[in-house]
Amino acid sequence: MTRWLVSGPPFLFLLVFFLVPSLIMVVASFRYPGEFGALAPIFGTQPGEDSGLTLENYQVFFSDSIYVQIFAKSFGVAALTTLVCLVLAYPVALLIARSPKRHRDLMVLLCVLPFASNFLVRVYAWMIILGPLDLLFSRFAVIVGMVYVHLPFMILPLYTNLEKHDPTLLDAAQDLGANAWDRFWRVTFPLSLPGIFSGSALVFIPVLGMFAIPEILGGKDDWLVGNLIKESFLGTRDWPFGSMLSIMLTIAVLLIAGLAASLARRGMSRA
Amino acid sequence: MRRSPLLWAAALVVYAFLYIPLVVVVIFSFNDSKLSAEWVGFTTDWYRKLFENEEMLAAAVNSLVIAIVAAGLATVLGTMAGIAMHRYRSKILPFMVLTPIAMPEILLGVALLIFFISTFGAESLSLATVIVAHTTFCIGFVAIIVRARLAGMDESIFEAARDLGATPWQTFRLVTLPLIKPGIIAGALMAFTLSIDDFVITFFTAGAGVPTLPLTIYTMIKIAVTPEVNALSTLLMLITLTMIVIASRIAPDAIKGKG
Repeated sequence: MTRWLVSGPPFLFLLVFFLVPSLIMVVASFRYPGEFGALAPIFGTQPGEDSGLTLENYQVFFSDSIYVQIFAKSFGVAALTTLVCLVLAYPVALLIARSPKRHRDLMVLLCVLPFASNFLVRVYAWMIILGPLDLLFSRFAVIVGMVYVHLPFMILPLYTNLEKHDPTLLDAAQDLGANAWDRFWRVTFPLSLPGIFSGSALVFIPVLGMFAIPEILGGKDDWLVGNLIKESFLGTRDWPFGSMLSIMLTIAVLLIAGLAASLARRGMSRA
Repeated sequence: MRRSPLLWAAALVVYAFLYIPLVVVVIFSFNDSKLSAEWVGFTTDWYRKLFENEEMLAAAVNSLVIAIVAAGLATVLGTMAGIAMHRYRSKILPFMVLTPIAMPEILLGVALLIFFISTFGAESLSLATVIVAHTTFCIGFVAIIVRARLAGMDESIFEAARDLGATPWQTFRLVTLPLIKPGIIAGALMAFTLSIDDFVITFFTAGAGVPTLPLTIYTMIKIAVTPEVNALSTLLMLITLTMIVIASRIAPDAIKGKG
């Protein structure tokens, strides 16, 4: 009885405003677009009218290589962003983890603070920096913006992992003759793999669906899946096609999340 | 502790990378020139223009109303969800609470767009739809914070209350609620900040009639970049910074784990 009083309201709210909309989108991806955009009726009234369910949206996706290419490009941008974030986040996370305990909270706060500013402000900042340098509207600008916006999602999980490392392991490695380079690559780095994998998932997944950064900082060549989805809903108003793209993006995200989770688990058991 | 000069240098470069862009925005918000390319002279004109801009003020009011109502709803529902997730071994509730915040935002945005328009008609996009959309993703953040607060707690306190004859409602009101209050406050502040800052989900659920501050920034950036954007950005930074300071005063432990 108490159980339903407590879990009932949030459950009902999310059922109506999350689960049902998601299911509507799944069904929409198998429907036809309406004459003036949006959706055609499932049960048609006139002969010759497009109605009912169809696989057409998915067939278009796989038959026209441009869509597969844009997905591949999005994966490429997400992978590069993740890699750059990792390279930038590692020294910061390591330095914080190896600093005296009383300084750590402040150093973490200093990493997170810039991200209290609005997302668009952080993107806009790069517009006014890269604009005068003639670097705007390029793939480079897109990557810089993506990295800047997602960096804390890499720093925090990495720091959480590195902070738990036992410093005596490094002493032991040193006593056994390992130099600084070996100590890093053979002790610290392997132990930090779970942190790397969860940070990577937290960066990779949102980058995959991003439309604002390519739109503001990139050129026409830099469109990613997110831009395609946005355009299908608000530009061409082909909802079924946009829904199909959203479903494909969801599948991609689930695959990535599953991969990261299983890698993190394997890294954990090895550590 | 092994902290080589090289590590320090690399970390300092990254810290600079984090702060320089924002400092540039603030500096150019005081620049007496329409272009953000070089420094001309000091002025507060852009702030004055901002406060005289009625569309901007309307957008600020919208943002504030949305954030207050959505944070309120999300705090109540998120606290319930947090307690339920801590106490009951259900798989479906955590799935529904956490998935909206784990997926790219655009997916929730377009799903709600289809839902609202196909259920309530093309004219339905309004303040109400934005509030509902924000509540949907804020519930998860509140629930996580409240659950974390409960997880660190000694279960025997609740048993003691029950043994002493408290009804479930009394146990909740007199024991559970005071204990998780810092978590609830931190969750509420976080929901408020996330809502007032949200762009993507608002973009799909607001329609044309409900400009918010982030939507206004977006339009300004796309049409013409003027230092007014810098002034607005600087003000927004100040607002969020204030929220963080308040949060760290009221609930210092809960803020630390926010990530």
